[in-house]
Amino acid sequence: MFNFILLILIYTAIFALMAIGQNLITGYVGLLSLTQAGFFAIGSYVTAILSVTYGWNFWLTVPMAALISSFFGLLIGLPTLRLKGDYLAIATLGFGEIVRNILNNWDSLTNGPMGIQRIPMISLFGIQISPYKKWGFLVLVWIFVLVAYFLFDRLAKSRLGRALEAIREDEIAASSMGINVTRYKVWAFILGAAVAGVAGSLQAEFILSVTPGAFTFMVSIMVLCMVVLGGMGNFKAVILGAFIIQFISYFPQLVGLSNVIPPQFKQILFGLILVVMMIWRPQGILGREKRSAPRRLFRSGGDV
Amino acid sequence: MGSIAEFFQHLMNGLTLGGIYALIALGYTMVYGILKFINFAHGDILMVGSYIGLFTFDAIRGQTMGPWTVIAFFIAMLAGMLFSAGLGMAIERIAYKPLRRATRLAPLLSAIGVSFILSNMAAWMWGTKSRKLDYPFDNSPIYLKGVSITPHQILILAVVIVMMVALKLFVDRSRIGKAMRATSLDQDTAKLMGIKADKIIAITFAIGSALAATAGFLIALEIKVYPSMGTMTGLKAFVAAVVGGIGNISGAMLGGILLGLLETFGVALLGIPYGLRDTIAFVALIIILLVKPEGLLGKAEKEKV
Amino acid sequence: MMLLETTKLTRAYGGVVAVSQVDFQVREGLITGLIGPNGAGKTTLFNNMTGLDTPTSGKVYFKGADITNRSAHKICRMGIARTFQNIRLFKELSVLENVMVGLHFKTGKSSTTGRVMAAFLSYLKVVDEYELMNESAIKWLEFFQLESLKDELAKNLPYGHQRELEIARALATDPTILFLDEPAAGMNPSETDSLMKTIRRIRDLGITVVLIEHDMKLVMNICDTITVLNYGQNIAQGTPAEIRHNPKVVEAYLGKEET
Repeated sequence: MFNFILLILIYTAIFALMAIGQNLITGYVGLLSLTQAGFFAIGSYVTAILSVTYGWNFWLTVPMAALISSFFGLLIGLPTLRLKGDYLAIATLGFGEIVRNILNNWDSLTNGPMGIQRIPMISLFGIQISPYKKWGFLVLVWIFVLVAYFLFDRLAKSRLGRALEAIREDEIAASSMGINVTRYKVWAFILGAAVAGVAGSLQAEFILSVTPGAFTFMVSIMVLCMVVLGGMGNFKAVILGAFIIQFISYFPQLVGLSNVIPPQFKQILFGLILVVMMIWRPQGILGREKRSAPRRLFRSGGDV
Repeated sequence: MGSIAEFFQHLMNGLTLGGIYALIALGYTMVYGILKFINFAHGDILMVGSYIGLFTFDAIRGQTMGPWTVIAFFIAMLAGMLFSAGLGMAIERIAYKPLRRATRLAPLLSAIGVSFILSNMAAWMWGTKSRKLDYPFDNSPIYLKGVSITPHQILILAVVIVMMVALKLFVDRSRIGKAMRATSLDQDTAKLMGIKADKIIAITFAIGSALAATAGFLIALEIKVYPSMGTMTGLKAFVAAVVGGIGNISGAMLGGILLGLLETFGVALLGIPYGLRDTIAFVALIIILLVKPEGLLGKAEKEKV
Repeated sequence: MMLLETTKLTRAYGGVVAVSQVDFQVREGLITGLIGPNGAGKTTLFNNMTGLDTPTSGKVYFKGADITNRSAHKICRMGIARTFQNIRLFKELSVLENVMVGLHFKTGKSSTTGRVMAAFLSYLKVVDEYELMNESAIKWLEFFQLESLKDELAKNLPYGHQRELEIARALATDPTILFLDEPAAGMNPSETDSLMKTIRRIRDLGITVVLIEHDMKLVMNICDTITVLNYGQNIAQGTPAEIRHNPKVVEAYLGKEET
């Protein structure tokens, strides 16, 4: 039981990273991207392949995961982001499926449907952070979430964040105000991809193996639910959303009813959340964060 | 590779597949034409329709084969169509209609939710195992100068052609069809002219869903049926609609057939590995969006400033 | 040299020619009016000069430079700002922030990459930037006496204020030319009067103003020069007095008299 709570918190963190990226793309820029699962998969495989096949240290694979995911973000973003928003959802969904298709078929690199096993555990200053001893791993993943939260929240509060919101509100007016709409959209996409890639690295280290089956469309839907449920345009809210969705996900096991409650129930519930929230509370549980003046962290810090 | 007979063989297979895509693409395109919205749940409505058709056929076909089996086949198809039509209208009423004045993102998200609900309900109620229609007729191919054509393929093509002609006539000639076209051009003006837009939208959903169910039933006959089939099938049909020019009925037909041919010939002649067959559609999508975003038969529209 | 001019600018949509062979000139420091019946192609001409649409043929020159196929954001950065016929504010952003968006590209590093990295890595810079932008934004709001409404969402403003805010936002980009697309549409006479004063104050800041307007009283009162479009063609240009008595213009508005 207690173990399950730790498990939920770890998955909350991994998914919160993806939700933070999705929030920048969907909550701020207003683009419906359905590809977080794809970037998540890429991040996972980068860590798995680099550490198993090439013997890289985990800490070096993380930036690579972010980098390669962003590269794919750029690749998918450049052609599709010029287009009308509705197509983006389909194109990105297709991209996620293509990634899975390739992972399944490129045997020499990904070992096909069998995936890659025996990923070495993370070590930090000589201490091994084993996913079996959940506390250490829990602290590690939440440090990642905190860092991502501060970076993205700051970005959103800067004038860049305001430009992204302007694009969401009215692309034509934004471009007439000197904002390079396509460029900013691509940037949002790249950053969202990067953070999902990092989430993938952590996922690989938590499971210690990767298989294409773990990166289905459902992952993208769960991430979307987290953002919609918590509140678009609010980074704290999407972390809350991540917790609620993971809690629902593991609820049957938590209460020992996994034999009684069929596995489809939670997924039906995710679908219902999307519909119901859109109809009755489109702003999510916490709602959009009110934009306010950024404050200095230290009052008498002076200029740097 | 290369013989004329082989070419016609692939052509035949491609046309069959393309006809099915075209039927599904029509639903996307009709709804998009009126509401400017992608009905993400369309593929799942198809899945439900094909299950209903399959179950109906199993229930009524009886033990002995005969003329009744043929009638039962079409009754089952009709049952699937009716059920899907009702489902499509219900979904529109419950999950989309309240969001007509909401942000552009809202109905899309709601549609994704509906899609997820349907496919998982199906998995829960009917299991995840894939099924095939237990069709009792002889399906041994007929050979025409080295090209093998199965009775199923003929049946599929016949149904597809009948459906398309019927739809085209309906939209071009009937009163409701005219009202549909008017609504898709300008909803507000259509309302002023006394057209009940809500009713037209409901009918559009019903027709689109029924066509999807027909396609689903044909898939059950030729390929197989499983709860998550709607996602990939729906996506490809959407690509077909975009290739043809979304919002354009003839475009959807053309796009569907082109996509079917592209997939068949892509695997057979261009040597694309079968495992990557599904990728063809998306590459086609990205290319068309870059080269001619309004599609082959679509009109370019620019946002009014 | 004209500050801005188009030469034989044509924009056709399929077979429909919205703007045909138009030569349009804007002289620095003046208020130029662009008038014509509905559907004459005025907004299309605006869009082709501000990068929101690309001409089928013909050229647009700004300060002698060919800007014909440049994208909207680049044209804005060169010093051409505009408002829209159907008000395009950032509805869910506050009044202050709408103006700040106008200040966006004037502040800080010029490359997007630099901006992303700066926002990501330097918190203090974000604060400094905000304070800087806040100061100039408030100035522009004061120009329109909107400063007391700065924290309202743009969508909650009354109509007249929304029009003013849109102009404030455009001015924040520090333009050489300001294009106003029907600024008086939907305004009552007293609001129109105050708009006239505002446009003159904008001119007095050294900004060249080009406006599309149907309100003839406003046009005749404040414009130094007027260009008339009809069926996509430039049929007349001159001072308000000349335009008023130009038979072609009278015909375009009233129809040909039977003789």
